[in-house]
Amino acid sequence: MLLAIDMALVIEKLVLIVIVVMASLVIAMYTTFAERKVAAVLQDRRGPNRAGPFGILQPLADGLKLFFKEEIIPNFSSKALFILGPSLAMLTAIMTGAVIPWGDKVHFFNRDISLQIADVNMGILYVFAVVSMGVYGIMIGGWASNNKYSLMGALRAASQIISYELAMGISLIALLMVTGTLSLKEMVVAQQQGLWNIAYQPLGFLIFLICAFAECNRTPFDLAEAENELVGGYHVEYSSMKLGFYLFAEYVNMFISSVVMATLFFGGFDIPFLNEANYDQNWMALFGVLMLMAKVVGFIFLFMWVRWTIPRFRYDQLMNLGWKVLIPLALFNMLLTGALVLLKHNGWHF
Amino acid sequence: MGITQILFWGLSVLAIFAAIMVVASKSPVHSILSLIVVFFAISGHYILLNAQFLAIVNIIVYAGAIMVLFLFVVMLMNLNAGSEPQKHRLLQFAGLISGGCLFLVIISAISETPQAASNVMIGTGNSGLIKNLGMVLFKDYVIPFEISSILFLSAMIGAVMIGKKN
Repeated sequence: MLLAIDMALVIEKLVLIVIVVMASLVIAMYTTFAERKVAAVLQDRRGPNRAGPFGILQPLADGLKLFFKEEIIPNFSSKALFILGPSLAMLTAIMTGAVIPWGDKVHFFNRDISLQIADVNMGILYVFAVVSMGVYGIMIGGWASNNKYSLMGALRAASQIISYELAMGISLIALLMVTGTLSLKEMVVAQQQGLWNIAYQPLGFLIFLICAFAECNRTPFDLAEAENELVGGYHVEYSSMKLGFYLFAEYVNMFISSVVMATLFFGGFDIPFLNEANYDQNWMALFGVLMLMAKVVGFIFLFMWVRWTIPRFRYDQLMNLGWKVLIPLALFNMLLTGALVLLKHNGWHF
Repeated sequence: MGITQILFWGLSVLAIFAAIMVVASKSPVHSILSLIVVFFAISGHYILLNAQFLAIVNIIVYAGAIMVLFLFVVMLMNLNAGSEPQKHRLLQFAGLISGGCLFLVIISAISETPQAASNVMIGTGNSGLIKNLGMVLFKDYVIPFEISSILFLSAMIGAVMIGKKN
C-alpha cells in the first residue's frame, strides 16, 4: 500500500466534518428565521408565518428564492474575484468549526471518538487566524464590484475588523494567562473541574463580546452595510445566491462566534453542577453537545436582542470605542490578570 | 512516499507557482492575492516541521494584517496595468541578470551547508511548539526580545507622528 493511513480514522473525521458543516449551515439557516421572529416580537408584529406551521419553512423558501433569482455580474468587474469574494466569506466562516470541541468522547464500534475534528495545541490561535482571514471575502467582493459604495463598505469593514481584532487579541491574552493553555479542549476540561472562565475574566469577556459583535459586522457595528449612507455596503452589486452567501456567512459567523464564546468563557460542553464521570459516557456526551447548543442559542438571542434594540454607531464613535476605550481597557485587564497570576504563583506574597 | 512527502511536494509546487504569479500577473490585486497563497503554502511547510506557532503567526501577521494593508493601498490608489510606466528594456535586462546572480549565490550557499545531505526532521522536532518557544524567548533571550519590542513601539509612535503632521 502506498499510503499508510488509518482508514477508520479518516472515515471518522470525514463523518465529523460533514456533520459539523451541515449543522453550522442548518443552524445558520434557522438563525435567519429566528432573527425575523425575534425582530417581530420586539416590534410587536407576528413575523413570517405563511410557509408551513408557524412559518417554519420560511428559510427554505428564502433559499429557493435566492437560487432562482437572476444572477447579475457587473460589466466592468473582475469576474473571478467577484465570484471569489462570497466563496471566501463562506469558507472562512465555516473553517473555524474544525478546532471547536463540540462534545466529550463517545464510545462506538469499540473506538473512543472525540467530538472534535482536530485537537491542535494552537486551538485558539487557529480561530484567531481564521477570523483575520475573514476580512478578505468582504474586501475582494467590495473591490471587484467596481462600485464606489461597495469599495467604501469594504474599506469600512476591513478597518473595523482590523481595529477590533487588536482588543480581541489582548483580551484573549489575559484569558490565556489564566488557563495556561491554547487548546480549546483543555480549556473546557479545566472549566469542567473548576469554575467557568467568566468568573476569572468578567472584563475580558465583556471586551471579547463587544469585539465579536464588531467582527461579525452586527448592529450596532454594521457600518459596512449602513444602508442609509452606502446603499447596501460591500454587497450592493451582488444578486442571487452570491448575495445569499454573504448574508448567510454573517449568520454562520454569528453561530461560530457564539460557540467560541461559550467554549472560552462558559464551560463549553460542561453541564453545570453535575459530575459527568458518574454517568454513561455516550449519554453524557450527547447531553454535553445539547448543553453547548443551549448556551449558543442564548448568545445568538443576545446578538438579535442587541440588533433590534441599539441603533447603529457613527463611524468616528466606532473607531473611538475600539482604539480609545477597548484597547486601553484590554491592556489594563491584561496587566491586572498578569499581576494576579504572578501573585498566586508566589503564594500571595509580594 | 509517505503522506508528509506528498504534502511537501504539493506545498512546494503551490508556493513556487504562486510566487511566480506574484511577479507575472498584470494586476496588482492579483499579485497580492498570489502572495497570500505563498504565505499559506509556507505556513503549511512550517506545520510539516512541527513549528505550529510559527505557522499560525505567519498567517495572522503576514496574511491577515500586512497583506490587508497592501490590499488597502492598492485598492485605494486604483493601480492598473495600463497606468504603470513601462520600464526600459535595458533595466529589465539588468534586473534579470542581478536576480539570477542572487539565485546562483543562494543555491551554491545552500548546497555547501553541512546539513544539506541529511534530511530535515519532519514532524519530530518540538522547538516550534509554543511552550518551548516561550521558554527560550523569555528565559534565554529576554533582553533581545524586550529591545526588539521597544523598537516596534518606537516605530509605531514614529508612524503616528508622521501621520499627524499631515
